[in-house]
Amino acid sequence: MKILVCISKTPDTTAKIAFTDNNTKFDTSGVQWIINPYDEWYALVRAIELKEANASAVIHLVTVAGADADPIIRKALALGGDEAIRVNAGSQDSFYIASQIAEVAKTGGYDLVFTGKETIDYNGSSIGGMVAELLDLPYVSLATKFEINGSTCTINREIEGGEETCEAALPLVVSCQKGMAEQRIPNMKGIMGARTKPLKVVEPVAVDALTSVAGFELPPAKAGVKLVDPENMEELVRLLHEEAKAI
Amino acid sequence: MSVLIFIDTADGHVKKASLEAMSYGAKVAEQLGTVAEGVVLGTVTNDLAALGKYGVKKIHHVAKDTLNHLDAQVYTKVIAEVARATSATVIVFSNNVDGKAIAPRLSARLKSGLVSGAVALPDTGKGFVVKKNVFSGKAFANVSVTTDVKIIALNPNAYPIITGDGAAEVVAFNAAVEPGKIKVTQVTKASGEVPLTEAEIVVSAGRGLKGPENWGMVEDLAKTLHAALACSRPVADAHWRPHNEHVGQTGIAIAPNLYIAIGISGAIQHLAGVNRSKVIVVINKDPEAPFFKAADYGIVGDAFEVVPKFTAAVKKLKGVA
Ligand SMILES: Cc1cc2nc3c(=O)[nH]c(=O)nc-3n(C[C@H](O)[C@H](O)[C@H](O)COP(=O)(O)OP(=O)(O)OC[C@H]3O[C@@H](n4cnc5c(N)ncnc54)[C@H](O)[C@@H]3O)c2cc1C
Ligand SMILES: Nc1ncnc2c1ncn2[C@@H]1O[C@H](COP(=O)(O)O)[C@@H](O)[C@H]1O
Repeated sequence: MKILVCISKTPDTTAKIAFTDNNTKFDTSGVQWIINPYDEWYALVRAIELKEANASAVIHLVTVAGADADPIIRKALALGGDEAIRVNAGSQDSFYIASQIAEVAKTGGYDLVFTGKETIDYNGSSIGGMVAELLDLPYVSLATKFEINGSTCTINREIEGGEETCEAALPLVVSCQKGMAEQRIPNMKGIMGARTKPLKVVEPVAVDALTSVAGFELPPAKAGVKLVDPENMEELVRLLHEEAKAI
Repeated sequence: MSVLIFIDTADGHVKKASLEAMSYGAKVAEQLGTVAEGVVLGTVTNDLAALGKYGVKKIHHVAKDTLNHLDAQVYTKVIAEVARATSATVIVFSNNVDGKAIAPRLSARLKSGLVSGAVALPDTGKGFVVKKNVFSGKAFANVSVTTDVKIIALNPNAYPIITGDGAAEVVAFNAAVEPGKIKVTQVTKASGEVPLTEAEIVVSAGRGLKGPENWGMVEDLAKTLHAALACSRPVADAHWRPHNEHVGQTGIAIAPNLYIAIGISGAIQHLAGVNRSKVIVVINKDPEAPFFKAADYGIVGDAFEVVPKFTAAVKKLKGVA
């Protein structure tokens, strides 16, 4: 079984969000970069668990990014995974990225493609679905559990107000979220080993983006909190009812 | 030319998020000087013609029961067919669980630009620019769509439901439906409760509650307000509450009208999932808790004393003693 895990680089969850160049660019000064949490904790760790249960499984990582993503991809390799492919392209739009991943997936002949549920910077939740369509494969989104028995996969996915269990055969594209696996910390052996694992750099295929970001905005600042006396919950209810019209 | 809205159903019922999508799509149609039409897949119990009051003029219904469960691959092909037949130039989805599965596939299939997580009507003054949520609610991006056909996935609770008069013309659409490759074997729903992502009011609690045995008062408050329940990540990690209640950066992102946070400190990763809520109430015994900075109303006090009083006051308002 060959598994492809899509890895993206995102600002640390506590990063200050600010913009430069007349609000057209994310201000990266002082920003720490991490593996997108959904890709790391859920997609990658579940893939590693599948390999631990089936020694013949192979895990490849793919990222569409410039060389500045190499430390991130090395960290992902330190957690597990056999080799990484970096498509050497600056990030354009979701369709552009998905097209690059689909190209890698086609050439590599994977049985299973895992993505995270969404990137915590663009919040597209789109790339998994686009890759699946470009490969004409079934897609299970927002998966919370993934088991495999032979070539049949049993997957739980989120639905409004609950979960659904479904079955599908390989090959398959799955977007992963909480529930799939538990966070892991890379150990020394993994970190040492990651240095010598292959990180292949390939050039992007020519694809036109379908969208572009014209600019960013920050939400208006909150007016400030109105404190209510803990002894006077009638007053809170009155404010919520009359002022905020929320109840 | 038309604006086509995907009308999403669960167990044959049209979802609330779709009423928002229809209201939004009808407004986009008005902006573009065209009509709003809808597409419904699978068997439904709702009176589809009555959906005309949300602004859709015509509804294309593919009433095959093999479409009763989502298979994004199958749905995409059918919706693409309807989009072609109606010469849709804008296709609107809710950015709910189903929208997240289908809209990206349709975008790749039609090579049409997608804006997922839209929070406002498109700016059609110069080009076609849609505001969307980015950085987990901490900012917005204005995304320009450059393709002829545009796809928008509208965030739940970002656009109001607008009702008017009128009935929609309902037509059967005869699409080639191929057998799906995903077989749904079981559906588990938190019974009788309000789904978290659709809830108008969410009552949420954190580690400040000390243990799962103390959730009774939180459930009482939620029940009184007809609210959904949520929790912080450590609470779900400690198995005090089920994982599907975990909100935040790595959990579910919500945008209710009212979010009530009890004994939650307000870490940035928690805020990332709830900062799109319209009104935030924070109950915390520590006046320095960071959550107060993001709150509209704050109560500095012990949750074990405040919450039962709060519930009693709501009951009084609602006239249930
Ligand atoms: C990458 C990453 C992702 C994360 N994702 C998420 C996420 O998605 N969601 C999330 O929630 N967290 C997330 N976290 C964790 C987050 O950083 C915080 O640790 C977490 O939100 C804290 O939960 P809490 O507020 O319940 O607990 P605490 O921080 O322990 O806060 C408890 C609060 O309760 C108050 N309190 C105590 N007793 C009482 C009382 N009797 N009455 C009233 N108040 C009381 C205290 O003053 C305190 O403010 C993430 C962390 C990381 C690093
Ligand atoms: N530049 C990228 N390179 C590789 N994978 C990516 C990239 N961007 C996003 N992904 C994958 O696609 C998922 C969804 O991303 P998005 O659609 O942007 O929310 C992420 O969780 C990653 O697994």
